[in-house]
Amino acid sequence: MTTVSLTVNGQSVTADVDPRTLLVQFLRDNLRLTGTHVGCDTSQCGACVVHLNGQAVKACTTLVVQANASVVTTIEGIAQGGELHPMQAAFREHHGLQCGYCTPGMIMSAIDIVARKGNGLDEQTIRAELEGNLCRCTGYHNIVKAVAAGAQAMAQAPLRQAAE
Amino acid sequence: MTATGIGAPVRRKEDQRFVTGQGRYVDDFNRPGQAYAYFLRSPYAHARIRSIDTGPATIMPGVVAVFTGDDLAADKIGGLICGWMIHSKDGSPMKAGPHPALAQGKVRYVGDHVAVVIAETLAQAKDAAEAIVVDYEVLPAVVDTAEAAKAPVQVHDVSPDNTVFNWHLGNKDETEAAFARAKHVTKIDLVNNRLVPNPIEPRAAVGEYDPGTDNYTLYTTSQNPHVARLVLSAFIGVAPEHKLRVIAPDVGGGFGSKIFIYAEETVCVWAAKKVKRPVKWTSDRTEAFLSDAHGRDHVTHAEMATDENGKILGLRVHTTANLGAYLSTFSSSVPTYLYAPLLSGQYDIPAIYCEVDAVYTNTAPVDAYRGAGRPEATYVVERLVEKTARELGQDPAEFRRKNYITQFPHATPVIMTYDTGDYAASLDKALEIADYKNFQQRKQESARRGKLRGIGFSSYIEACGIAPSQAVGSLGAGVGLWESAEVRVNPTGSVEVLTGSHSHGQGHETTFAQLVSDRLGIPIDQVSIVHGDTDKVQFGMGTYGSRSGAVGMSAIAKALDKVIAKGRKVAAHVLEASEGDIEFKDGKFGVAGTDRALGFGEVALQAYIAHKFSGQDLEPGLKEGAFYDPTNFTFPAGVHICELEIDPDTGVTKIERWTAVDDFGVIINPMIVEGQVHGGIAQGVGQALLEGAVYDQSGQLVTASFNDYCMPRAIDLPSFQVGMTVTPCPSNPLGIKGCGEAGAIAAPPAVINAITDALGHEDIAMPATPQAVWRAAQKARMPVAAE
Amino acid sequence: MYAFEYHHPTSVEQAADLATRSEDAKFLAGGHTLLPTMKLRLAAPANLIDLGQIAELRGIQRSGDAITIGAMMKHAEVASSADVRAAIPALAELAELIGDPHVRNRGTIGGSIANNDPSADYPAACLALNATIVTDKRKITADDFFQGIFTTALDEGEIITRISFPVPAQAAYAKFRNPASRYALVGVFVARHADGVRVAVTGAGSNGVFRLPEMEEALSRNFAAEALDGIAVPEDEMNSDIHADAAYRAHLVGVMARRAVQAAAARS
Repeated sequence: MTTVSLTVNGQSVTADVDPRTLLVQFLRDNLRLTGTHVGCDTSQCGACVVHLNGQAVKACTTLVVQANASVVTTIEGIAQGGELHPMQAAFREHHGLQCGYCTPGMIMSAIDIVARKGNGLDEQTIRAELEGNLCRCTGYHNIVKAVAAGAQAMAQAPLRQAAE
Repeated sequence: MTATGIGAPVRRKEDQRFVTGQGRYVDDFNRPGQAYAYFLRSPYAHARIRSIDTGPATIMPGVVAVFTGDDLAADKIGGLICGWMIHSKDGSPMKAGPHPALAQGKVRYVGDHVAVVIAETLAQAKDAAEAIVVDYEVLPAVVDTAEAAKAPVQVHDVSPDNTVFNWHLGNKDETEAAFARAKHVTKIDLVNNRLVPNPIEPRAAVGEYDPGTDNYTLYTTSQNPHVARLVLSAFIGVAPEHKLRVIAPDVGGGFGSKIFIYAEETVCVWAAKKVKRPVKWTSDRTEAFLSDAHGRDHVTHAEMATDENGKILGLRVHTTANLGAYLSTFSSSVPTYLYAPLLSGQYDIPAIYCEVDAVYTNTAPVDAYRGAGRPEATYVVERLVEKTARELGQDPAEFRRKNYITQFPHATPVIMTYDTGDYAASLDKALEIADYKNFQQRKQESARRGKLRGIGFSSYIEACGIAPSQAVGSLGAGVGLWESAEVRVNPTGSVEVLTGSHSHGQGHETTFAQLVSDRLGIPIDQVSIVHGDTDKVQFGMGTYGSRSGAVGMSAIAKALDKVIAKGRKVAAHVLEASEGDIEFKDGKFGVAGTDRALGFGEVALQAYIAHKFSGQDLEPGLKEGAFYDPTNFTFPAGVHICELEIDPDTGVTKIERWTAVDDFGVIINPMIVEGQVHGGIAQGVGQALLEGAVYDQSGQLVTASFNDYCMPRAIDLPSFQVGMTVTPCPSNPLGIKGCGEAGAIAAPPAVINAITDALGHEDIAMPATPQAVWRAAQKARMPVAAE
Repeated sequence: MYAFEYHHPTSVEQAADLATRSEDAKFLAGGHTLLPTMKLRLAAPANLIDLGQIAELRGIQRSGDAITIGAMMKHAEVASSADVRAAIPALAELAELIGDPHVRNRGTIGGSIANNDPSADYPAACLALNATIVTDKRKITADDFFQGIFTTALDEGEIITRISFPVPAQAAYAKFRNPASRYALVGVFVARHADGVRVAVTGAGSNGVFRLPEMEEALSRNFAAEALDGIAVPEDEMNSDIHADAAYRAHLVGVMARRAVQAAAARS
């Protein structure tokens, strides 16, 4: 067993873990943060995307020991004070989800896209940047709309963005 | 229309939990003391099991138990079933081989279940599974659909030639006569490629047993929990129906693959009692590829006869359908009654004859996948119609228009009676949106850049809202296909609707609530939709075949009518008026011609306090149930147009424009309906361009991960232009036709018709991968242009 | 995944020492090849030595006519590096084509090169740019380093510390992605150096990344796509799978080479 200490959604967490524990297993099984999902075993579907030190990563391809002393944000950690994050609100408003299973990873990826590419995202950029997230329900049409709208909304909510 | 009523694009009630990570999927459930199951699967496509030695595994760390097929047999656990009996042309019943949940004596595909290890952790279960010693006698395998009946391999003892049935539909003599009269006959050979459904949530199950009450609970990723319970109790025999609770909570997509009753959930329920602990199994993606029921996999030869005016005279079709190694729950219905009855398409075809040979192979079972039979039929009809138009030198849109059915009801030669539709209206609208008249200009512009541009049509029809129970019963279904609903009005006036439909992405919590809000005149947030739990909902047939709107909501509408009728009685007592004078309008029960009225909430309260009437003349309470059995299938139809551009140097195909004009009848929530269209198109485009399950000759699944099985990504698709036309469905009270499968049905022929248009020849199969298109482009007339 | 012992040294020396002392050890860089392989139980190291906390393996330096990249630099860091973009834009563009954004946030240049997956992108850049792979023990030229699929000149326990890329006059990378995996079905890196042109191909070869001398000679004479006309790529050395057979791959090598040359030539 190895001891890990990390900050998850603003809370300090320390635990003894088997080194083979994946970050996604740690989040789901140890912390019961079940919003982060597992949809494949080859690092492609992106249902497990979380932010590790502010960057989107696949929690199914990261050992929790690699995240030691890091800051992790999951889908459960982005709404603040009971109010949805602008990207969450945009997915709801634009029907960017159906079964909801890929949604947490999509939203975490989308926020990361905005962080890297800015608030004015065109369709091609969004489609290219969603390369690491699979959705089987929506045909991506409304996800693309949601990401564009969410990106715009994030520009109007700079304080909230800074708070993340 | 109110802001939340029928026709309004209401934002989904369920999204709050999904966007915040609070959805509850099966793998999110952890029961106290649970152990983990891991299935040892066959590495061979076909082998006799000489022996299984579980001894070394049982002494591994953390192992709770190891079971094999013998243990199931000892407990008299039955095999998995196929619930639809098909008879061959000669009247003989289909040849159903045994399908044990854990192999008995033989394995028949890679991924077949050999044994299960139950351990304290999943890692320990996997470690122990590796210690099980299985002595296999490897047998030759057959994987090829077209070769299966001739192969020197026998998958099941009951079927010496690997044939499940030789079935037919239509009138052979009339069809032959039509072909004899024909001026022109167009022939085509088609492969409908095998697909893996791949909902992003893999299947999962948690079985639990309470020895104090002798009650079993199964949490499972199911589209139809009641059917699962029925099959698990009545046929497989793991628990009595009244002792088994099946819960299908949030389910992360199904597309058909979660209709079926699989080995894994069977074993989890049974084993929970054996080991006296909850048993959890969660599929990983590799297991999903190997053992989820696949879709499609047809090989077809078809011919279309036309007269001198380009009028279609007849259609004859021969299809070989691969059903895999075992008959999955509804597999036999897919290439038969969900397929051939759609071969008339939107066209007036006087004579149709279809033969279907279903075969066993050493591959994963094949069953319904989004569209189920109808995409296969549409691919045959729409490829053949397009090719005929080309051979006759006619515009493909106008050739279709000339042959459209225009009078309704219309009885086809393949047992369907179309109730209503306006196919030309959809075509006109689609041509307009697609800017068809300027296509040639765009094609020339592409040619100047060295690219091949093509346009393809798909005028599809489907039969949804399955289905009248009497009709499907006469065709071999083992169940009725009605739906149930119960409307419980609480004393405070809020409403719970219990439905036998199951939502796994379709947004029932919103659309069903819209109906209730609309009918009862109460705010939508006063309505809760309850589904997916056999302890709450009495019975239901579940969600598939685009049936939840047309059938599930019709049941709710029927129950709501009863609630309103009872409400009128209550109001009459309270308002001291005659029941006949009570009108229900805008959420109020009022006395006609007066201003005396009670709100819905007041009536609800009065119904429960029962102070104004005696239990002798009116029962207290306000709760009504209904079963709705449809009187006909519904017939959504529409026109999709795909415009694409091919880079002949690389074979890369880029979809430039997608136009969809669909007639789904009355629409409850256009936002959700359009979302269904988008998702369906994506799966259809996936089939046409990207996806294909490939087995090698030894029966190994080559495409067993997302590294090799190409799922559509955002970058592979365009935004879609979606339009609607509406002819209300006359056979259900809401006028709904259904929308869930349309895109997946319409899209594949639209794509391939566009590619063949771009190439100038017909020689391309699905999936039209860059390699396949590049090769086909070598044969095509190259445009005169510099790179 | 099988159980293993986890180590997280903070210096290259410690890491090398651990590797020498540990049974059946593997280095963990970004983990985006190794961890999936371990999850599928296709790799089972007893000891995993995480290089993620070694500061000396990080950083990007421009020094005169070369760009030097620390082995643990992530693809996203290379892609967004102003120094790389300015000196060898083709290398930044290649990094941005690897995997997907999440993979690029974890995967490292050193890990990619040490693994030498036949469809990885970086090996083509190393070979075409005539890179030097620097380890804790020596310097190895790219020509000597890549020795066939999943095979390199690295000794057991040897650690790549950085990779040095000479700045070319012009360069570009053209990648044809495997539609499913997004690895290179064919990737061609073309670089024009003062002393000639180098063309390296990944994804296509049955024995991993390789150079195309005939194209190099033709392009050294005339750095234009037309110079490649008539040069056939031999099919018999091409990889073949369900996504692309040898003939298609050979054809794509030609197409991608021409596109890379056009893109490179368009760079001032």
